Amino acid sequence: MDFLNAIVAFSNFVLVPGIAYGAQLAIGALGVTLIYGILRFSNFAHGDTMAFGAMVTILVTWLMQSVGINFGPLPTALLALPFGIAATALLLLATDKVVYQFYRKQKAAPVILVIVSMGVMFIMNGLVRFVIGPNNQKFADGERFIIKARTFKEMTGLNEGLAFKTSQCITIVTAIVVVALLFWFLNRTRTGKSMRAFSDNEDLALLSGINPERVVMYTWMIVAALATIAGVLYGLDKSFKPFTYFLLLLPIFASAIVGGLGNPLGAIAGGFVIAFSEVTVTYAFKKVLGYLALAGWEPDTLVQLMSTDYKFAVSFAILIIVLLFKPTGLFSGKAI
Amino acid sequence: MNPSLKNPILFAIVFGMFVVTGIVNGPNVALGIFNMGLISAIMALGVNMQWGYAGLFNIGVMGFVALGGLGAVIVAMPPVGDAWAAGGGRMMLALAVGTATIVAAVLAWGRMVPGRTRGLIMTVLLIAGFFIFRWLFDPAVEAIEAVNPAGTGFLGGLGLPVILSWPVGALLAAGAAWLVGKTALGLRSDYLAIATLGIAEIILAVLKNEDWLSRGVKNVVGVPRPVPYEIDLQNSTEFVTRAASWGMDPVFASSITVKLAYAGLFGVVLLGLIWLSQMALNSPWGRMMRAIRDNEVASEAMGKDVTRRHLQIFILGSAVCGLAGAMMTTLDGQLTPGTYQPLRFTFLIWVMVIVGGSGNNWGAVLGGFLIWFLWVQVEPIGLWLINLITSGLADGSAIKAHLLNSAAHMRLLTMGVVLLLVLRFSPRGLIPEN
Repeated sequence: MDFLNAIVAFSNFVLVPGIAYGAQLAIGALGVTLIYGILRFSNFAHGDTMAFGAMVTILVTWLMQSVGINFGPLPTALLALPFGIAATALLLLATDKVVYQFYRKQKAAPVILVIVSMGVMFIMNGLVRFVIGPNNQKFADGERFIIKARTFKEMTGLNEGLAFKTSQCITIVTAIVVVALLFWFLNRTRTGKSMRAFSDNEDLALLSGINPERVVMYTWMIVAALATIAGVLYGLDKSFKPFTYFLLLLPIFASAIVGGLGNPLGAIAGGFVIAFSEVTVTYAFKKVLGYLALAGWEPDTLVQLMSTDYKFAVSFAILIIVLLFKPTGLFSGKAI
Repeated sequence: MNPSLKNPILFAIVFGMFVVTGIVNGPNVALGIFNMGLISAIMALGVNMQWGYAGLFNIGVMGFVALGGLGAVIVAMPPVGDAWAAGGGRMMLALAVGTATIVAAVLAWGRMVPGRTRGLIMTVLLIAGFFIFRWLFDPAVEAIEAVNPAGTGFLGGLGLPVILSWPVGALLAAGAAWLVGKTALGLRSDYLAIATLGIAEIILAVLKNEDWLSRGVKNVVGVPRPVPYEIDLQNSTEFVTRAASWGMDPVFASSITVKLAYAGLFGVVLLGLIWLSQMALNSPWGRMMRAIRDNEVASEAMGKDVTRRHLQIFILGSAVCGLAGAMMTTLDGQLTPGTYQPLRFTFLIWVMVIVGGSGNNWGAVLGGFLIWFLWVQVEPIGLWLINLITSGLADGSAIKAHLLNSAAHMRLLTMGVVLLLVLRFSPRGLIPEN
């Protein structure tokens, strides 16, 4: 029984939140890795793109709520999501036309594009704060839990409860659907194949008649969808605050790099590696070990390796360790 | 235009902007902006060394600036005797054990024959070291933070003159830069960027959470000053009579005097740094750096140790940022870890360097003053602009209220636009590299 309790406590505090967070990071990292593979630069504006997508979704959600549209037990934000994606796609395509295209034509060095993306980051950050303000926004509605901790306890008769939030379930389901769609698109459709060809060998792709501007356009649209979905899922699961999204840049890049920049499969693996390391290292294992230990041997401290405030240190440490021992990431990078 | 004519004109224009502010908003405001402008210029010089001379992409400036601020606290704050008695020794021992563990693990990795034994020994060393460290560290933290938590709750500093903290801040930043550089400099530029972004967040997390060291978000206030306090000046009869002889109000005169004193101190540092950087940039060493930046492979073929030179300039540039951080904490008289934000302390400095002209020291300095001035002044200008735009809307309308509230965020937007415009139309900056 104690063993079951330990497993349930572990699932409740580490496994389920870790999977949800990992899925969010993975979708974010997929966007970063696609831009790196096809446009060939690290996009520092990605966190703020996520914030922008989430912001539009929140605004549309509020509008829907005010006219009485809702999605039953599911959050209204899911209905608003397509509008968010469309707006973000328009913004990214416009940014590309006004800003990035010029440097692409010039064949500017990647690091120049990174600095340009810093400028875009400033503008998007300012835009989001200008429209919705720098404060926390809550927009989750519908049923909060699929399984409540107390219901679980009554059902199983265990001491420990396992809470399963709607947002976590939505995150996991959405992530699976998004990843399946993305891989189907990249591997099966003509456009997806041309994107992969372009990423593999630009000159050869141009030679075989692939239109680079078309590839770039599709990339931005897919990135807009990925960024908005990641942003909305993160916002539903935790809460929406522009500054937090900016800070997500670090774990997202860590995920993409750990998996191998440019490799979509790697981005997903990296997302889960980073998420689980963060959650495991910062979780206090007192409860779990208390159930597992022999009587009288229960730990009297929290058994927390690091305080939660150091979760950045975890992504960072994983990043450095992987880079030192496997410089191209777990999966070899730069191949879509 | 001839650069020898254009550059002084550009500096004169920026100086003129400060003079206009002095006339419109009063000399107090103008001098306040000017002092931070001096510090910003020093930070920009540091980033310019890394990016402009050597092409290193460091976006962890904030971390090094914050470490410099910690230097000011460690050097200048008076020591807290009770806290030292309660847990100081144990804390020092814990830190020594922590360092020794890492050094031992690194040595084991470097010296031993590759194989399973090596991995095993390193893991055991790290795990054992970690638990001994925590066993020593946790009670020490508790003991130190229990000593008058509302007033001190930290170890305090050494109680030395605050000016000494400037080189110490630089040294702290240099030490951190050495650690980062050793691990991350061999990596590609994007990876280095992410690594520096990460280290900056970690340094900030340490400053925010290790209350025994820096009081965390409780802030260290009352860092001693290198210049007299306004109130002391106002109480000194000599100063009051002198102010009266100039026909000035003593309160006003004292605040101006203090600000001018700071400006003098910072100005000396800035001029010294410009002189050193100019000498370095035009020396064989500077030429080598630019050669490495422009073509790493060719320089390596010429026998230049690229990794070592990169490490060197990375440390130098970060040390300059740390120096600026210590100066800033001295100017503010307080260390407030909660106020360090990457947009303000990393990316804004980058805007300064790019706009001013990367690779040119004078450019970085000009960018520092200009962008800092804009950063401060865009907010009132934005407010005025929004007032003008919304003047047609009825008072009390929700849109008007929202727009007026959001005016403060105009500065981010403006900085982004300025950066993009410069990158597009004058990619080498206002004062390009020679």
